[in-house]
Formats: sequence, C-alpha cells, structure tokens
Amino acid sequence: MSPISKRKSNRAWLLVTPMVMVVAFSAIVPLMTVVNYSVQDILGPDVRVFVGFEWFRKVLRDSELHGAFLRQLLFSSVILAVQLPLGIGVSLLMPRRGWRSSVTLVVLALPLLVPWNVVGTMWQIFCRTDIGMGGAALHGLGLSYNYTANPLDAWLTVVVMDVWHWTPLVALLCFSGLRAIPDAYYLAARIDGASPWAVFRYIQLPKLKNVLVIAVLLRFMDSFMIYTEPFVLTGGGPGNSTTFLSQSLTRLAVGQFDLGPAAAFSLIYFLFILFFCYVFRVIMMRPDEGQ
Amino acid sequence: MAEIKLRSISHSYAATPESGDYVLRDIELRWRDGGAYALLGPSGCGKTTLLNIMSGLLRPTSGRVLYGDRDVTELPPRQRNIAQVFQFPVNYDTFTVFENLAFPLRNRGLRGREVAARVQHIAELLELRDVLRHKASELSADQKQIVSLGRGLVRDDVAAILFDEPLTVIDPHRKWVLRRRLREIHRQFRHTLVYVTHDQTEALTFADEVVVMHEGRVLQQATPEELFANPAHTYVGYFIGSPGMNVLPCSIDGQSAVIAGQRVPLSEDLARRAAGCTGTLELGIRPEHIVMSPPSGGVPAAIDFVEDHGRFRIATARIGEHALKIKLGADVPVTGGEACRVGLPPERVRLYEGGRSISP
Repeated sequence: MSPISKRKSNRAWLLVTPMVMVVAFSAIVPLMTVVNYSVQDILGPDVRVFVGFEWFRKVLRDSELHGAFLRQLLFSSVILAVQLPLGIGVSLLMPRRGWRSSVTLVVLALPLLVPWNVVGTMWQIFCRTDIGMGGAALHGLGLSYNYTANPLDAWLTVVVMDVWHWTPLVALLCFSGLRAIPDAYYLAARIDGASPWAVFRYIQLPKLKNVLVIAVLLRFMDSFMIYTEPFVLTGGGPGNSTTFLSQSLTRLAVGQFDLGPAAAFSLIYFLFILFFCYVFRVIMMRPDEGQ
Repeated sequence: MAEIKLRSISHSYAATPESGDYVLRDIELRWRDGGAYALLGPSGCGKTTLLNIMSGLLRPTSGRVLYGDRDVTELPPRQRNIAQVFQFPVNYDTFTVFENLAFPLRNRGLRGREVAARVQHIAELLELRDVLRHKASELSADQKQIVSLGRGLVRDDVAAILFDEPLTVIDPHRKWVLRRRLREIHRQFRHTLVYVTHDQTEALTFADEVVVMHEGRVLQQATPEELFANPAHTYVGYFIGSPGMNVLPCSIDGQSAVIAGQRVPLSEDLARRAAGCTGTLELGIRPEHIVMSPPSGGVPAAIDFVEDHGRFRIATARIGEHALKIKLGADVPVTGGEACRVGLPPERVRLYEGGRSISP
C-alpha cells in the first residue's frame, strides 16, 4: 500500500450529517409530501387509496388548466420581451458615477422594495376609472378603459404593473454588468473608430451576456409563478382571462380541496420550471464554438 | 506621416483646476517621424495621460498637439492617424481574430476583398494566420495582445502607434519575444512608436530615445547611453540603473567637492561651473564607477554589508553619515564591517544644483 492512499473513515458521515439534515427538511421532506399526495386518494384521516398516475392524467387533460398554462406562457413571454430590452435601455441611460448615479439607483430600486400585495393594491386603485389617477386620466383622454370588464385592458394592466415592478431588477443587473467593463474597451473602440451602435453591439452586449442569463432566469421563474399581484388587482378576471397557473393551483388545492390533483399539478409545474431553466442555462452557457 | 509635437501641454482632470491639480505641467516634446521612443516614469507620473492626449482620447487643459504642421488638438481619435495598444489586451470577444483585425477597416467604410487582403497581410506578418478563424477570446494573453497590435497595424493610414505598458500581463519569457517582434515591425514599417513603461529595462532595450517623466514633468529626453552617463536630474540618476546613482550632499572648496569633511577631486571644468553655484549642491556617482582601494587618493569609507547578486556584488558603504552603494565584481575581496578607501574618478563625478545637473 502506498503511503498516501486513502484511508476509510466513518467520520465523513458525521461531518455531512448537518448538511443532509438541512437539505432534507428544506427540500426533500416537503417535496416527498407532495409526491405522496399526488399518488394517493385521501378519503379521510386514515383512509387512503393508492391511485398511481391517475391524478397526473386527470390534471394533464383538464382544459381549464390548459388555458391557464397557455396564458402563463404568453404572460412570461411578453414580460421577458418587454423587460429585457427596456432594462438594458434604462441601464445604458443611467449615469455611471457621481451623486446622480446614487440617486438613480435608489429611485430605480424603490419598486423592488414594495411588497407584492401592496403593488397589486396600488395598481388596483391607480387604474380605477373613477378615483384612480391612471384610469381616470385614460378616461379623460376619451379612451374606453376598464380593467375589470375588458380582458385586454386587464392584461395590459397586469403587464404594465409587472414591468413597473420588475424592470428595475433587470436594469440594476445590467448596470452592474456595464460598470464591470473596463474603460480600455471604450477607449479602444474610439481608436478603432467604432460607432455608438457598434460599441453597444460588440462590446456592451457581449459583456452583458452573463448578467442577462441571470436576468432571464429570474424573470422567467418569477413571472411564471406570479400570484399575488394579479390576484389582488383582477382576481384572475374578467372571467378567467388573467388567471395564471399559481391561481389555478390555489383554487384546486385550497378552494376545492382536491389535494391529489393539486399535488400532481404542483409537481408538473415545478418540473416544467426546472426543465426550462436547465435547458436555457445549458444553451446560454455552452462555450462558444471555435469555428 | 509626420513628426508629433507637443507644445506646452498641461492637463488637469479637475473641471476648474487649481495649481495643485495638474497631472501634466508644461510638457514640450518632439517625436521624430519613425523614431522608437519610450516614456519612462513611476506609476502616476502622467505617462498614460500624455499618451491619451496624443491619441485624442483626452483633450489637454492647455497646449497644442501638432502632427507635422496640422493642429489636431480638437480632433477625435478616429480623425487622427494613430493606433493605441492598452495595458491589457482589448479585443472584441464575440469576433474571430479575422473580424477583430477587420473591424477598424470596416468602421472606415472598407469592404470585401480590400479588407481581406490587408487582414491577410497583417496576419502573416504577426504570425496569426493559423488562428484567424478562432475566437479572439480563446487565445493566450500574448496572442491577444498581438491581435490588439494588429488592429493598429492593419490601417494603412497609421503614422504612430502608442503602447501603454503593453506587456504588463504577458509572461516574462514571452515579453522578450514580443518586444523583439515590436522592434522588427518598427524596422519594417517605420511607424513612430511611443512606448509607455515604468520598467527601465523595457524602456532601455526598446527605444532609441527615452523620455523620463516625474510628477507631470519631463526631466530628460535622451538616448539610453546618455541617460546612464549624464542624468540631467538626480531623479533620472536614481531611476535609471540598478542600483540607482549615489547622490550625496556636498560643498565646494576650490578644485574639490567636500563630502562629510572628505575631499573629492573634481575635473577642472566641473569645478569652474560649481564655483558659480549658490543653491544646495549634490554629488552624483554611479555605483559602477566607484573604484575600490584605488592605488592613490580615495576617500575613507566604512563597508556596512555586501549583498551577493551572482555575477556581481553590491556593497553598502558610508562616507561619514552618507550611505553609498558600490557595484563590485564577484572577485573583489570585500566583506562587511571593514574600513577601506573608495575612489570617485573625477571624469565620472556629476554635480547637481537643486536636483538639476550642472555638468557639461
């Protein structure tokens, strides 16, 4: 035996135990509870029947959930399509240094500090056509706007609210990315005679890639799980037009107390987000091909 | 192409500068067309600022920049025939090496075959042909720096290339290769090269002429030999050479300088010049020029200790209370703690009044 070969030691188990416990209680146990519900029909405190994938099949065939899923996809796509370019644009306009920079940062960060349900309440009042400043102003301009009755208006309101709430996050991420670009890049571009567009396209945007990947992941996950703000603002209406996945899930689990289908639905929901984020990350983070 | 002249350039980064804010003070310089220059000085002495003023990245607070007879002080970099290579390699990461080299040409409206021809030519010269299709971000640090240099060379209108400490991030053994490559390119193209560095070896091996700066002023512009033999300022003497020049306070008595009560004979010429001086005087002598135990004359000194540097040794001695470095051959028998006599040859001795040389 060589002198530096590994020695078996059971102390390793002792050392990883705290971590295993933390992960178990924070992730594995709750998740397994959901898995447990999703494959059983619980008829009473002591009466349960194993049903296999019955709930999964049921949930996947539910046309109401199909609708919510499509609305959710559309919502997240719109959010990403609006907030990313807008956030990049805002970050480019922000002052880089000095007191103006500090003031801009604080003002931009304000929406991020407002609690979700307060955001919903603020916008609900703001958009009311009788007493809300935004809604009344639109009315005053002669536009027919009513987010409680018109699905398109409701959609616009939810999107604008989310843009107000979360674009600053994208802008702040991009701002930090821009600040990390050494001055020499801009100097070299001036020597090379690059236009402002070329500076953006070939220096700033490539250097922002990493923060943009984070921005997309955060904004996709958050928007895909959005619950509180539309719940407070529109309650999912008019009709089901702004009912997104989280709200459907809540109705299923809390409203109808269908714990089995709700658990199955939760798992699918969770796996979808996980899958999307994984695929997106793999695509974005693969090393650039040599040729 | 033309020579570059700087006329009484002063610069301050403050919006309303006061006299203490200036990083450059009244710089007057001439870079001859086709010369290889080094701009040498410690960090923070204003070298990079001066370089950026020449390339147009900065506008001087006062003074003019002339290319030949053309006043370019107000012109942006893209309207000057100048290229600049920065401290660390700056390339466009998403571009291939080819696209990087083509970028300055395309920005100037060139297209197609003309671009390809020039890029191929430069790639051949810089031995980048094999990596033309690679992303610039995949190259090693020294190759990246060569690509940055290539972006300057590829333009046929470039008259001068400015280097801002370009070898800082390069491995020591590659530095030699790169510096030699720069010399070759200089021989072939005869661009005016200005090379900023705080490393005297780099400056002295690269340049035909070295400009030594300190605290925003130019102290001396001269060939490496001249800088070594006749530093115009005690700071130049101290900065050039390893170890730097010994500078000892002295007074004058007839044909001799007096250091701590010991008489050091001066050349006739120097003694005559010194006689007219009223300011504080200092005597400068290179550690290389001091003679141990001369056959006659010499000044009594005490050796404190001797450091062995392999090929040579450096003795630290004292004349009175003044410290003195002496560079010795490996075979000279000297040890720390002994008393000896040291000779300061009159033809090697320099005198400084208020830091400035009064030697002929």
